[in-house]
Amino acid sequence: MSTETAAPPASAAKATVQDAVRENLREYGLVIALIAIMVFFWYMTNGVLFYPVNLTNVVLQNSYIIVMALGMLLVIVAGHIDLSVGAVAGFIGAVAAILMVDYGMNPLLAGLLCIAFGAVIGGIQGYFIAYMKIPSFIVTLAGMLVFKGLLLNVLSGRSVGPFPPLFQLLSAGFIPDVIGPFTLVAPTLNASGAPMPGTGIVLHSTTLVIGVLIVLAMLYLAVQSRRSRESHGYEAEPFVFFVIKNLVISAIILFLMYKFASFRGLPNVLVVMGVLIALFVFITKRMTFGRRIYAIGGNLKAAALSGINTERLTFHIFAIMGMLAALAGLIYSARLNMATPKAGAGLELDVIAAVFVGGASALGGVGQVTGAVIGAFIMGVMNNGMGIMGINIDWQQVIKGLVLLGAVAFDLYNKKKG
Amino acid sequence: MTDTILEMRGITKTFPGVKALENVNLKVRRGDIHAICGENGAGKSTLMKVLSGVYPFGSYDGDVRYEGNECRFHGIHDSEKVGIVIIHQELALVPMLSIAENMFLGNEQASAGVIDWNRTKRRASELLRKVGLREDPDTLITNIGTGKQQLVEIAKALAKDVKLLILDEPTASLSEKDSQALLDLLLEFKTQGLTSIMISHKLNEIKRIADRITVIRDGQSIETMDKADITEDRIVTSMVGRTLENRYPSRTPKIGETIFEVKNWSVYHPQHPERQVIKGINLHVKKGEVVGIAGLMGAGRTEFAMSVFGRSYGINVTGEVFLHGKPADTSTVHRAVASGLAYATEDRKVYGLNLIDHIKHNVTIANLPGVSKSGVIDDMDELKVANEYRRKTNIRSSSVYQITGNLSGGNQQKVVLSKWLFANPDVLILDEPTRGIDVGAKYEIYTIINRLAGEGKGILVISSEMPELLGICDRIYVLNEGRIVGELAGHEASQEKIMRAIVRGEEKAAS
Repeated sequence: MSTETAAPPASAAKATVQDAVRENLREYGLVIALIAIMVFFWYMTNGVLFYPVNLTNVVLQNSYIIVMALGMLLVIVAGHIDLSVGAVAGFIGAVAAILMVDYGMNPLLAGLLCIAFGAVIGGIQGYFIAYMKIPSFIVTLAGMLVFKGLLLNVLSGRSVGPFPPLFQLLSAGFIPDVIGPFTLVAPTLNASGAPMPGTGIVLHSTTLVIGVLIVLAMLYLAVQSRRSRESHGYEAEPFVFFVIKNLVISAIILFLMYKFASFRGLPNVLVVMGVLIALFVFITKRMTFGRRIYAIGGNLKAAALSGINTERLTFHIFAIMGMLAALAGLIYSARLNMATPKAGAGLELDVIAAVFVGGASALGGVGQVTGAVIGAFIMGVMNNGMGIMGINIDWQQVIKGLVLLGAVAFDLYNKKKG
Repeated sequence: MTDTILEMRGITKTFPGVKALENVNLKVRRGDIHAICGENGAGKSTLMKVLSGVYPFGSYDGDVRYEGNECRFHGIHDSEKVGIVIIHQELALVPMLSIAENMFLGNEQASAGVIDWNRTKRRASELLRKVGLREDPDTLITNIGTGKQQLVEIAKALAKDVKLLILDEPTASLSEKDSQALLDLLLEFKTQGLTSIMISHKLNEIKRIADRITVIRDGQSIETMDKADITEDRIVTSMVGRTLENRYPSRTPKIGETIFEVKNWSVYHPQHPERQVIKGINLHVKKGEVVGIAGLMGAGRTEFAMSVFGRSYGINVTGEVFLHGKPADTSTVHRAVASGLAYATEDRKVYGLNLIDHIKHNVTIANLPGVSKSGVIDDMDELKVANEYRRKTNIRSSSVYQITGNLSGGNQQKVVLSKWLFANPDVLILDEPTRGIDVGAKYEIYTIINRLAGEGKGILVISSEMPELLGICDRIYVLNEGRIVGELAGHEASQEKIMRAIVRGEEKAAS
């Protein structure tokens, strides 16, 4: 009798651990895939991948992809696609160059103007999609052709650069070390008493402090949210699971921050990216605006009959996408330090691939911001790693294509099984 | 002595975490019409999927014997080869292909991959004649009504040399007249020796045509009755496992002043602008009143409701809407909801739910401001609301995090209702609120309707089932061809009076 009554709670507790794992499998599956890929390339490149300078490089190389992937996630979740983002990014980069280099406009003002311009471009495409009901594939395909052409037109074949130093900081700058460097291991001095390059570890302490603050804030929020769930009597994930999950995430953040600190600190663009990622996670998870995007992607007709202004929502989504494409164009051109007629070509495909690798559904209604970001990093680390290994660009393309196909196939297989 | 054409023994089918079928037995005699009934989610459709090979051999336990041989189907193809054809509840026709093309889809009249169009059309015409459908085989599916589409499905089954025809709720979306025609057709096929299995909720239909009935409840076969023993009471008792005294909960109406009024409402067809679908309708609903709209398929009931609700249907909409005696702007869904109107759709899968999302998100989507502050959703608040409505409307699910696409029809309907209850409207239009729902769940829906009326809301119910309207309404409007042709007080209404009003309306329209 007593064994009978004791049995159910034990099995129930066990089931919840399994449930929690299963529920989060997709997201953690992606993180695990990213870690596995990083470890693989760390091994294949004899550790070069994790050199602080290279990690910084991976971030810089992928920053504009990730910025656009945030908007593309909204677009794809809403059941649409945007093929024009690469061309828009290239075009806006050229506009920025002309404003700053040819007309000597203040970089800050020019940057803001460009982002506003991007919003207008996205808005116009969004108008045709939302109100004229023309499929987004067609509207943005047209947009791609138009802005590729306009890019060539405004540059008339030349490359415009270099940018003013202030603007270059967007992609080439690092946050200032307001606290001052911290010497962990003193560098070896040479005969004349000067430090030898490549020896010793001097840390960018501001970056470290920021890293610790981020981890503390994250842990605080996680504990708060768990407490709130518990106090309302709703099932929270098992405690062990909760602790392990947060420890692993904290460890990864601190590790990366340490790597950045031992180079030149946090790149400016990473700060911009971090803020945007946090903002978009918040929008999709917590705001009515985000919830409605999932609703129209899941069932457009039902959403409309629930009182959602589906046209205006779609219009806004494309305006946001245009804004992010413009920002990406600024980052891209600041990184190259010039605007070229070929800028942005084909970027849209990398962006779309990142979102799909990150678990979004081509049918709409499904997808996470974190997934898209991790998807972008998976593709980015593979690019970087294969580059260091000296694999030719032709095979890089083949491998990336297969990874995209494999990731989506794996996802569908998982869903069918579950 | 009739022999057995099909025997399913000890069928058990489990999905992760759920036992959908447990030791189900079914024996079908040759030449019979065998009805299978049970509540939604009882496992009827699952059983038929086992039979037709949708769930392949090996994914279930037990054995299936057809014509005395053990069956090991690995897909629909295998079962169709031996003459078992299933017609699903949701018709599987391609709208932009013709009747003939649809009939021979996957079974093309072709030699070496080249389609013989003459033979296709000749055979199609033959089969259409058999099912009593007078349509050109070249007509596109999208241009014929649901009733005719159902007949095309049956003709398509005949084209496959069907010996055992399975129909999953064949009359669920048909009008009374089309349903009768379909049932007659099944009886006629029976005289030609065809065996049919019919899944249905409609007890009067079952009583009319079935030779035997097997009742399934909670994934188990409860009993099989012969024609002589069939009574509605016995079926209901067996289906719900208890006796259901009254199919409609009682209520003492407390009717107040007029809360909702529509004047001179006219609507034109969106694709054929010259066709007037709604012709100057006037109606009103009072506080605490349940008002029905009766009428045949195509009378314009849904079109009326959707055009009032944010102009969701039709063009050139004219007329006035009053809520609480004041003119109300219902020109967009958003404004209609804001003025206190709600419309729960007849087609919950297409217009009602986000099927890939869970209950919680579906319940709050029409009233997100109710769980958020300046655009930010309060998670805990939302969870509380979802749980509250799950309890109030008695949604059977593991939690509010269950995906709505996996719920049974009755529970899906309760989610749709919860969504609109949370939006807290003053007037609720319910379009076929109990379509495709089992007896027990229907009772629960009626109880919810009564509670809302008791709270002083105005309820407008559109239904094709006349007994339902008679059972729950205080007043009934009869709609025909876009016009109101009758208004009956609930206590004096009867099926006969409603039908008479429709016929009179038709005569008037003809003259």
